[in-house]
Amino acid sequence: MQRTVLLAATLAVITVAGSALAAPVSYKTPDEVAAFKPGPNLEVVQGNCAACHSSDYIATQPPMKDKKGFWQAEVTKMIKVYGAPIDDADVGKIVDYLAATY
Amino acid sequence: MFDRRDLLKGAGLAAMAATLNSTKALALDTVTLPFANGERPLVKYPQKRPMIGLTSRPPQLETPFAIFNDGPITPNNAFFVRYHLAGLPYDLDPDKFTLEVKGKVDKPLKLSLKDIRKMKATEIVAVNQCSGNSRGFSEPRVAGGQLANGAMGNARWRGVPLKTVLEMAGVQAGAKQVVFAGMDGPVSDKTPDFAKALDLDHATNGEVMLAYGMNGDDLPFLNGFPLRLVVPGYYGTYWVKHLNEITVIDNVFDGFWMKGAYRIPDTPDNSIEPGTTPKATIPINRFTIRSFITSVTDGAKLKAGRTTLRGIAFDSGKGIKDVQVSTDGGKTWTSAKLGKDLGNYSFREWKLPVKLAAGQVELKVRATSNSGETQPDTPRWNPAGYLRNVVETTRVTVA
Repeated sequence: MQRTVLLAATLAVITVAGSALAAPVSYKTPDEVAAFKPGPNLEVVQGNCAACHSSDYIATQPPMKDKKGFWQAEVTKMIKVYGAPIDDADVGKIVDYLAATY
Repeated sequence: MFDRRDLLKGAGLAAMAATLNSTKALALDTVTLPFANGERPLVKYPQKRPMIGLTSRPPQLETPFAIFNDGPITPNNAFFVRYHLAGLPYDLDPDKFTLEVKGKVDKPLKLSLKDIRKMKATEIVAVNQCSGNSRGFSEPRVAGGQLANGAMGNARWRGVPLKTVLEMAGVQAGAKQVVFAGMDGPVSDKTPDFAKALDLDHATNGEVMLAYGMNGDDLPFLNGFPLRLVVPGYYGTYWVKHLNEITVIDNVFDGFWMKGAYRIPDTPDNSIEPGTTPKATIPINRFTIRSFITSVTDGAKLKAGRTTLRGIAFDSGKGIKDVQVSTDGGKTWTSAKLGKDLGNYSFREWKLPVKLAAGQVELKVRATSNSGETQPDTPRWNPAGYLRNVVETTRVTVA
């Protein structure tokens, strides 16, 4: 939280200065605390998914009836639409982990 | 159910404690949004009060709903945050910031923040609402950010009309659309960078704004500092943050975030049979009309007798003509008194004194716009969970 206080000070400067010169901003987000739940192939999931987003993206998805179909579609979307460089051999492992864990 | 305001008070104290003696106390408390798997941490980010944490990287923060009962303007430190891609411009020197205007223009421009601030400023009060606001209530549930009703906010934006800047650059004959891109970007260069487009006549309508000010202050970093697009009446996906690139094109932009994402069914009310796939889609565009009770939360226990209900309503810019409230589950309706008119794009406050009899009571609220648009009794469904505007029901126990 010390970083927060420092940042607040920086921003106060900006506010006071108004439309005049503004100091550079160095915005610090809180440390990432969300973590993947334990499960099969956890390390494969961490290695592939966590490069682009935090694990809460997964944990907050709704409970679906067809878990495997849902997560297969999500992983496919990550690869085809967002260009996630996931090895073919890892796709099944990731889907299995997600369907079993979330 | 819990009372969110009490939770927030607790969170405020926890936040103070955290500031004084801890470096890692981030999850201050939790809230449970009213749908399955709705548990969320309350998190504290710089420039923000405790917010409902959806994701941490990239940051996505939802406004605790109780804040909408405090007034028609959403404070900067409570305004929702939505990013798509985790490459945020965390280190940013506003003095080196430039906005580039290029493409089919006679005179490409590179404007500093100072240049933009020197131009004649305008202000507008307008609601920004995430396309995915309320997605968590979609039934059947759909993939995506699972938000309750707090991915919206109303602010007084200050900046310059986009029209003025495009006129300075001189849009060439044959131009069709204007494309907007910000400083935030993907982690992988294979991920499509975020960019959105508006038709030229929309972009030059005088209302679309390049905003640097929000409620009398600079934009908070997470709301697009130092410059963002404001597109009144349109979903937040068009309100590009950290805006530094405007490109005029003579065709229809085919980037992923227009052509592949943020699409709604091309049907008369943009809905389809739940669980099915649309035959054709169009880009999401204007808000649907919505209204909420803000003074009472679902599950609350109220005393029998007289009380005053309060809330907000908004639409895509025609303005709110009427807000009606039912205290008997929709059998009878009474028009509420509308609050101060801050402009057609703003939240419109309403209030209504009612008399509640003991028992289980369903409170409902329904807005109608100046164009006659109103809210449906049953939710409309689409695969991305957009456009929710069903008449909302607040269930309370009166004793």
